[in-house]
Amino acid sequence: MQEKLFGKTLEELKALSLNLGLPSFTGRQLCEWLYKKEVSSFEQMTNLSKKARALLSENHELGLQLPVEEQVSVDGTKKYLFTAANGKFIETAYIPDGKRSTVCVSSQVGCKMGCLFCMTGKQGFQGNLTAGEILNQYRSLPERKELTNIVYMGMGEPLDNLSEVLLSLEVLTAEWGFSLSPRRITVSTIGITPAMLEFLNRSEAHLAISLHTPFDEERRKLMPIQQVYPLKEVLKEIRSWDFGRQRRVSFEYILFRDYNDSAAHVNELSRILHGIRCRINLIRFHPIPDTPLESPDESTLEAFRNKLNAKGITTTIRASRGQDIWAACGLLSTKRLQK
Amino acid sequence: MVTNDNHQVSPVTLTFTEELSAGIYMIGFKRTFFFRAGQVIGVALQQNGPRRLYSICSGEQDEEIRILYKLVDNGYLTPLLSGLETGDTLWITEPGGEFTGDREPAVWIAAGTGVAPFYSMLRSGLAEQKRVILGNRYLEQFHFFDEFDTLLGENYIRCCTAETDEGAYSGRVTQYLAEQAELDPKLKYYLCGSAEMVVETRDILISKGIPFDRIISEIYF
Ligand SMILES: Cc1cc2nc3c(=O)[nH]c(=O)nc-3n(C[C@H](O)[C@H](O)[C@H](O)COP(=O)(O)OP(=O)(O)OC[C@H]3O[C@@H](n4cnc5c(N)ncnc54)[C@H](O)[C@@H]3O)c2cc1C
Ligand code: SF4
Repeated sequence: MQEKLFGKTLEELKALSLNLGLPSFTGRQLCEWLYKKEVSSFEQMTNLSKKARALLSENHELGLQLPVEEQVSVDGTKKYLFTAANGKFIETAYIPDGKRSTVCVSSQVGCKMGCLFCMTGKQGFQGNLTAGEILNQYRSLPERKELTNIVYMGMGEPLDNLSEVLLSLEVLTAEWGFSLSPRRITVSTIGITPAMLEFLNRSEAHLAISLHTPFDEERRKLMPIQQVYPLKEVLKEIRSWDFGRQRRVSFEYILFRDYNDSAAHVNELSRILHGIRCRINLIRFHPIPDTPLESPDESTLEAFRNKLNAKGITTTIRASRGQDIWAACGLLSTKRLQK
Repeated sequence: MVTNDNHQVSPVTLTFTEELSAGIYMIGFKRTFFFRAGQVIGVALQQNGPRRLYSICSGEQDEEIRILYKLVDNGYLTPLLSGLETGDTLWITEPGGEFTGDREPAVWIAAGTGVAPFYSMLRSGLAEQKRVILGNRYLEQFHFFDEFDTLLGENYIRCCTAETDEGAYSGRVTQYLAEQAELDPKLKYYLCGSAEMVVETRDILISKGIPFDRIISEIYF
């Protein structure tokens, strides 16, 4: 298979040009074509010499690919299926919401983290995505022109594929890349502490941490990572990190009926998050096949939000989007995998 | 998973290295700290080198700290570890993690090197009222057979996929569990191993009526 260019950094493209006997400025020209203009072949790169175009297409491929399947929800949310290099499938969700349109990208094929409530977790781990495969979900999204935000909340644990995720963030935000503001990008993690610190050091993007219960004993039953990197260690690091004025940390909290939805949970959340400038995104649990967990009713969800807000923690309910197509939960790709 | 956090590392000198069975190694160094059975340490070859996590595979009172690892051919650290000899230096973090055992009745389920935390618990005096179900491809991979067998007898179950032996179940751990008529929903179930093994085993336990909050998992990611 030929090496793909899409997803490479300016430095990598310069080095690769030199390797082919082309001037190093070809690297910058390639960045222009790959990340600023809409081309789908080397032939369209008209400011490159004929020789350069021929050499590039002999030795490389662009690495762009369109989704192979699409599902549309009644509320406008769409779910796309892309093929990863290993022949497996990944999901990407497009979520329009008034003036805001978000793409939710996957970072791995499957996942190793085994969270009890997650369809991707049930699928097991099939491989890491390259930076190019992560970025292709943004670049080849039919609605790309509408996009205002990117969230790394699809399949996989982004910080378990840290190097490729960091490369993809570099391409998204660099002046020679897509030139996006890091404030439009959120990377979500279940709290792999060492990788989280490296991410905070090496990127400016927002951070979202999956919390799901403030009690250690409960969290370890939902998320095996709690055994290795307990929440209190994660919060200790977050508390001592200077997020500045622009950068945001938020916590994701999936509400499960009669498990993590009591007044005691509100109180404990307020206690452990004390002193951290943050917000909580409440998410209603959508049951996956054979799960022992249940979805809360609307009134519990709202009451939980109101109690947290009353405690001074800005809390919003993430609107249930694309429920009818199970947006970004791994089900579509799991079904495809089983075909 | 590469770990390069701010945790302090300190050098230790290897006092034990052995290939226990094809591709499964054990290395050890003198114990200079306390830990709780089931905890892990970060291991690196240089002070600032990439780290990996390993379950401590010795008892809380043992003089040596040992780890049991599988050589991952295309991996970074394990091929380097397998070339080490006694007297060589390793950099380790303090012990951490909360996959620790207690005296309550429980079932310990593991595959491959996932046996390490349970062996540590056994050597730390926590084997009473425990049932251990282990999975491996080959019989020779059931390390610490004598100790498990002596202390647990019938409650030590070996599930072997590629070889047969009197006293060993032929098949995977998940198959063994699926075939059990009844599993006690009041017990705690500790699972340790790869993501695939843990997730599959957890699903089977839940489908057999074990409440999910009785299941505690450690994934070697
Ligand atoms: C909490 C925790 C405890 C752990 N305890 C142990 C332990 O006691 N003993 C032990 O052997 N390992 C243990 N591991 C795994 C260990 O940390 C390393 O991932 C493993 O030794 C491979 O390291 P490597 O650098 O050689 O390979 P890497 O370069 O990290 O990995 C190369 C590839 O091999 C895969 N891989 C990792 N482990 C295995 C495996 N066992 N079989 C096949 N493929 C694998 C990785 O997912 C990766 O894709 C533990 C992991 C965690 C998170
Ligand atoms: S919730 Fe995220 S980290 Fe957990 S299993 Fe699913 S994809 Fe992996």
